[in-house]
Amino acid sequence: MAFVNMKSKEVQAKVVYYGPGRGGKTTNLEYIYSKFRERIKSDMVSIKTHGDRTLFFDFLPFDIGKIMGYDVKIQLYTVPGQVKYDATRRLVLKGVDGMVFVADSQVEQRKKNVLSLKNLQENLAMYKKSIFKVPLVLQYNKRDLEKEGVSLLPLETLEKDLNSQLKVPSFPGSAVTGENVVPTMKKIISLTMTSLQNVLK
Amino acid sequence: MGSNYDDVSFTDYTLGQEELEKIEHVLEENLIKSGVHSVLLIDMAGNIIAQRDNGSCDHDLYSLAALASANFAAVDTMAKIVGEEEFSLLFHKGENQNIHFSKVNVEFLLITIFGKKVSLGLLRLKVAEAVEKIGNVWNQ
Repeated sequence: MAFVNMKSKEVQAKVVYYGPGRGGKTTNLEYIYSKFRERIKSDMVSIKTHGDRTLFFDFLPFDIGKIMGYDVKIQLYTVPGQVKYDATRRLVLKGVDGMVFVADSQVEQRKKNVLSLKNLQENLAMYKKSIFKVPLVLQYNKRDLEKEGVSLLPLETLEKDLNSQLKVPSFPGSAVTGENVVPTMKKIISLTMTSLQNVLK
Repeated sequence: MGSNYDDVSFTDYTLGQEELEKIEHVLEENLIKSGVHSVLLIDMAGNIIAQRDNGSCDHDLYSLAALASANFAAVDTMAKIVGEEEFSLLFHKGENQNIHFSKVNVEFLLITIFGKKVSLGLLRLKVAEAVEKIGNVWNQ
């Protein structure tokens, strides 16, 4: 539900990072914030619990320059991943234009990834949006743990579990080291802008 | 997925330059001239639709809009849990700054930031007038 301001020639679009708890959504945003610090005018907003879990959302506004004569502001949000925070998760999804699903590559998180993706589908449906139509990118996070001897799901398994029907772009990544964090973001911004341009025409 | 889903991801409402100017005029005349520091018209997704201030405010408005829409949505959900349709007064009082939230319609919120010089009663009156005028811009 991007907003186009005809007067100030500005487009505001909302990209939400979704996924199971402790999967690295906030870390994705923190990496982007540190990487593009000079281009991001405001501070990153985080509403956290004492245990450092995201309670409501993180928020990072990001200017990406001009497209078709409009200044484009992408608002990056995360949701809380923990199952119990479903009510607040749903609120953050309101008006979403693009989604990144951050999956946890650890073997023991396999089921949680699938449940979280299903939860995303249900919550999008509440806003009359289909997971098959919303611009979506998958990120298989925590690939760096392989070096530490943690057993990770093979990428083929993750693809089969999460992407066999969706068939959207996916990236193996590591939010902690920054691997593929920026390509993930660039991909979702470009998909989101393409879908908005189609409507603008 | 059939017709149960929306294809279009733009806002349902459209506001042309003329309408935005009318809304900004209302914000200026009704609120800023009454001593309000800053006023924002936002939608429920946290987008800023229109904004006016007295020239001496330096707030991070995009973050404020994101938090305000989320806060409003959270309070609205709380109201429903306790069996209320909505809470009619949403107001945060500080030492020097206060924030007042007012629902314009299902899609829009008016956020007003004001200091000690404006009483809450006067503010609510001015906000109610502004909300009605903004509503008229749509209905024209």
